[in-house]
Amino acid sequence: MADGQLYVSAPTAIGLVYWGRKALDIPTRLPQWDRWLTRLWRPMAVIVVLGLVFGGPVINWLDDVFMAVVLCAGIAIGWELRAYRPALWMAVGLVPGTLLLVLEVLLRPFTRALETGTVDNIEGLVLCWAGAFFLVARSLAKNQKADVAARLAAEQEQRALETQSQTLEYEVNQRTAALSRQTDELRATLAELQATQDQLIQSEKMASLGELTAGIAHEIQNPLNFVNNFADVSVELVAELAEERARPTRDHTLEAELLADLKQNLARIAQHGGRASGIVRGMLEHSRASTGERQPTDVNALADEYLRLAYHGLRAKDKSFNATLQPALAPGLPSIQAVPGDLGRVLLNLFTNAFYAVQKRQQSGESGYAPTVGVRTELAADKLKIVVSDNGTGMPADVQARIFQPFFTTKPSGEGTGLGLSLAHDIIVQGHGGTLTVESREGQGTEFTILLPAH
Amino acid sequence: MKILVVDDEPDVRLLFEQRFRREIRSGEFAFSFAYSGEEALTFLREHPSEVVLILSDINMPGMSGLELLRHVKQDPLPPPPPLVMMLTAYGDTETHAQAMQLGANDFLTKPVDFAALKEKLHAIPSL
Repeated sequence: MADGQLYVSAPTAIGLVYWGRKALDIPTRLPQWDRWLTRLWRPMAVIVVLGLVFGGPVINWLDDVFMAVVLCAGIAIGWELRAYRPALWMAVGLVPGTLLLVLEVLLRPFTRALETGTVDNIEGLVLCWAGAFFLVARSLAKNQKADVAARLAAEQEQRALETQSQTLEYEVNQRTAALSRQTDELRATLAELQATQDQLIQSEKMASLGELTAGIAHEIQNPLNFVNNFADVSVELVAELAEERARPTRDHTLEAELLADLKQNLARIAQHGGRASGIVRGMLEHSRASTGERQPTDVNALADEYLRLAYHGLRAKDKSFNATLQPALAPGLPSIQAVPGDLGRVLLNLFTNAFYAVQKRQQSGESGYAPTVGVRTELAADKLKIVVSDNGTGMPADVQARIFQPFFTTKPSGEGTGLGLSLAHDIIVQGHGGTLTVESREGQGTEFTILLPAH
Repeated sequence: MKILVVDDEPDVRLLFEQRFRREIRSGEFAFSFAYSGEEALTFLREHPSEVVLILSDINMPGMSGLELLRHVKQDPLPPPPPLVMMLTAYGDTETHAQAMQLGANDFLTKPVDFAALKEKLHAIPSL
């Protein structure tokens, strides 16, 4: 190589080395190698200085040796980085030039007379070869860079998606927690409401029991009076009988009569005693929390008992009140499966309402008005029908439509809970699989009809 | 002496018949029974001038004892006007005052003290 070439080739070589370092990102990929590469300018500088001072073929040879070493280092680096395609291609591109240079360097001392033309031609080819491979390497690198960029973008997107899904998951968790908290609150509220409803039902029962107390007292006192009276009179009869037996001439007809009376009295005592304990039993059943247990129930007895209780209950409060009771109970009615306490409560409620309605109409001062409350029972097909009727004030259509709603009442506040008919409806429909309907004409009267399955 | 007992309880008849068995046997008292106010009025019209005393319950379905009392005291019934004794389980002053105002001759509360009742009946001068 000529001396002039030295000034060109040296900086070119250093430039290429620096370019290569950057292109292949050697400082991060091969930091060990990089340390050597960054110091490469030092021997180069020495060679250039020697060339300037001494010149001559030896220096040129040294220069070529240095170039060969640099190229070999390039190939080695390419091989080392072969996983990175552009580096491999670059190394392959460098191979022929390097081989040529190495050959030249080795042969130069022995043959001075190498055909410069041939060498120049081969050098041209080698440069083309290297150029082609460098181009390939470059485009590969570019593609790879684009790939990396795309991958980075995809990764970023992925990360963004992950972040978003995490955010979503967090929100879902938050929302779920809030919902379950709300559910718990609602459940607690529901339990509270159910407890309140039970209390209301119980207080409604107690309220109607309160209304009944006077009626019950009257109803129990009446049979008790008979029991006492018949017992007293029986003592008198026994005394008379003893007196008769002590006579010298006994009147057998009178004795037989006295004995028959005694027997009759004892039967009356038993009957009225039974009547009183029946009322007490009914009262206890009424106030007891319903067990909901069905048993054979005599609807006629129940209707008659509660009609009287309701009547006397109201009369105890309003002494001037009088009404005609019209029980029309079908004889020989079969007993039905029912909860007597519950059914009794329904009847009591209907009767109480009926008496209330006739009382109100009576208080309006209508002349010739005869308050009448009736109860009718009958067997219709496979249904047992109980009709409670009154000739009271009656109800307009809008009131009729709402009377079975809880807390609806037409009575002044404090007089009704508004639960009576609502509970009655529940007891008949849900408790007994029957129906409770109302028919009413304003100013004429009201009729409640209970239909119960009769089997 | 003819006494009309008005009460809606049918067993009242048995009771009176036994309580006053001696008086009935001796013919001192004669009892008739009605089970409602309406029935009592019908009886009074159908048996004019017979009844000396009416013993009436107050609380009865239909016509009450007080209404019956008003009818007896105000309706033009054949003389002599019968005496009326009210009998009631509700012996409150209000009812008592009302009965007295309507012209009741006496007012007794249930349960009936038959010994006292007997005395009162014996005190009535027989016609």
